[in-house]
Amino acid sequence: MDVVLAIAVGGLYAAGLYMMMRRSIVKLIIGLGLLSHASNLLIFTMGRLIRGRPPLIAPGAEALAEPYADPLPQALILTAIVIGFGVQAFAVVLIKRVYEIVGTDDLDQMKRTDEL
Amino acid sequence: MRSLLLVLPLLIPLSTAVLGLLIRRKPHLQRVLATAGAGLLLTSGLGLLVSVQQGGIHTVQIGAWPAPFGITLAADLFSAIMVVLTGLIGLAVVLYSLGSIDPQRERFGYYPLVHILLLGVCGAFLTGDIFNLYVWFEVMLISSFVLMALGGERAQLEGAIKYVTLNLMSSALFLVAVGVLYGIAGTLNMADLSKTLRSTPHPDLAMAPAMLLLIAFGIKAAIFPLFFWLPASYHTPPVAVSALFAGLLTKVGVYAMIRVFTLLFNPQAHGIDLIILVASGLTMITGVLGAVAQNEFRRILSFHIISQIGYMIMGLGLFTPISLAGSIFYIAHHIIVKTNLFLISGLVFRLQGSYHLKDLGGLYRKHPGLAALFLTPALSLAGIPPLSGFWAKLILVKAGLEVQQYLIVAVSLIVSFLTLFSMLKIWNEAFWKSAPEEHLTSLPQGNRLALLLPVLGLATITVWISLVPETLFSLSEQAAQQLVDPTEYIRRTLGD
Amino acid sequence: MEGKEAMISLILSTATRYLLPLLLLFSIFVLLRGHNEPGGGFVGGLVASAALALYSIAYGVAAARRMLRIDPRALIGVGLLIAIGSGLLSMARGLPFLTGLWVERELPLLGKVGTPMLFDVGVFLVVIGVVLTIIFALSEE
Repeated sequence: MDVVLAIAVGGLYAAGLYMMMRRSIVKLIIGLGLLSHASNLLIFTMGRLIRGRPPLIAPGAEALAEPYADPLPQALILTAIVIGFGVQAFAVVLIKRVYEIVGTDDLDQMKRTDEL
Repeated sequence: MRSLLLVLPLLIPLSTAVLGLLIRRKPHLQRVLATAGAGLLLTSGLGLLVSVQQGGIHTVQIGAWPAPFGITLAADLFSAIMVVLTGLIGLAVVLYSLGSIDPQRERFGYYPLVHILLLGVCGAFLTGDIFNLYVWFEVMLISSFVLMALGGERAQLEGAIKYVTLNLMSSALFLVAVGVLYGIAGTLNMADLSKTLRSTPHPDLAMAPAMLLLIAFGIKAAIFPLFFWLPASYHTPPVAVSALFAGLLTKVGVYAMIRVFTLLFNPQAHGIDLIILVASGLTMITGVLGAVAQNEFRRILSFHIISQIGYMIMGLGLFTPISLAGSIFYIAHHIIVKTNLFLISGLVFRLQGSYHLKDLGGLYRKHPGLAALFLTPALSLAGIPPLSGFWAKLILVKAGLEVQQYLIVAVSLIVSFLTLFSMLKIWNEAFWKSAPEEHLTSLPQGNRLALLLPVLGLATITVWISLVPETLFSLSEQAAQQLVDPTEYIRRTLGD
Repeated sequence: MEGKEAMISLILSTATRYLLPLLLLFSIFVLLRGHNEPGGGFVGGLVASAALALYSIAYGVAAARRMLRIDPRALIGVGLLIAIGSGLLSMARGLPFLTGLWVERELPLLGKVGTPMLFDVGVFLVVIGVVLTIIFALSEE
């Protein structure tokens, strides 16, 4: 299972980077989205893949009974997803404004700030 | 009391922003609130600094969840110095904004956004948890995105696209590094990570997150070759926003880099120090050469930020107590001087309506006071004795000579000559030569105080550091001592 | 998009009239059971904002704003204020920021009440505010 997920993470990174290298800003945003999904999946995989019970100490017990699922990677991913959601929403509005003002979605036309 | 001092630099900007959001319709009240909030932030930062200097490293376990399970806030001297600088720049920029930001931006929530940015910056300085650091970075970035794009002019939006893309890229790498670190060490508390990584059975495995973090923070700090977003975007928003970004944002990247490569990883173990040193030399050179080629006031200054980041990283690359003290001294000097230069570029724009050097001129004759105000930070940036930049460079050069890194010392000296050259270019074009046309105006009467006060204040602090460098230097030295030997930090965070 | 009126569908608007109160009640249920069981302020807020977004699709953004009465951006402020307040309560007792304080007796309907629940209410409002700000801004253009 780890191997499958590792390949999926790699594939997502490759696809995300490929999209980011394209000239269209829409594809740029899609690429950024794929990149953040790849990161989330990677954290998920790093949290060890086991079929565990919820990490709750049963009434009367002193410690967790094995096997239990590690809740922390899930918390990290949830936080990262929420942040990613906000950032993506901002990015979509941004490219919409850029398209309205600049009149193109071609990144090569957006060199004005780099001219001497 | 201690726990209050640690939480206040977060609570004050957050509360200010929230209240500002609620009174969005009342611009007058908002201005008062924003100024008061920034003033209180500076005061609380000073309180924290004094308390940390007297009582050692402060820590708080948020929600009373014991470390390493909960989120820790920790302030050593380095953090406390940075929080004070954040408050100082926050206050200067808010004051300047009072006289320069248009009502439309104010209505949209300009001041709450600035305070959210300050919250993110303070949070990044005070957290003791690496995932929490990621979250504060995002808080800071998202508000900076909005500040960058607010107004929606073409140049701003084009700059914002580049700024947003590269910073998101760096966040993704940072997140991956955090995930890998958790996979290796099973903890995210930085003090606990420090302990675990030192005794890990696979020290080579830790190189992967180390490199990922180096690149992620490298993008945020704008080091060679990851700096291209900075000169493409920093000159596009209003000058108050530029000054805020120039003063604080890249330095958060530098801070994170120094924190991670002193506490978590030992840079001397795998030759990371050499990578950092080479990157620092190239950053200095490319930055200053970029600046020499430019003819726009704010773009010259933007390239100088990059070049100066090289000096800060140089201290980390040399990795001796004295060189780290030099880095901290340099950061403090640079934040004050660079923000001031950006604010002055805004004053020049007010007077002559342009940032392009060819349209400027004659300012020395008309406004000798402003010319003197420009020369103080400009010469300090170039490192002319006895100004603050000279002391900062002197410490770094001395540290470099001590460990026989002659090449980087030579590079840093040559770069400071080139810095002087490009500062003199601005001086000659904007101040010394006669005006191309007689379109000199004077500053608007009503706003004059708000525009001049921050510039005067920052220049005074520069002069103070220049004349009495001993105070800041001894602070930096103690802070560096705490960085080199993190046992105290670990003990205070994790308990005995 | 031609004419805002063309968007109103009879089926959707009739269904929304019944769905809206149900979804809002459900969101509060999710919010309150959140402390020890799946749920919480974030999910509850998403459910509530989905309900309001549905209303804005069925009747238009202007109608949704009228029904909400309060500007979604102000909701963000109120929510954050509640969340900060819940953290400050513990500081007033001399405990670290955000330490959970609980009412001793269980209350009817609500169960155990404490500052974490107050924090969740804050999150609930912030989520509604943020999501609606984004959705309204995007669909008003």
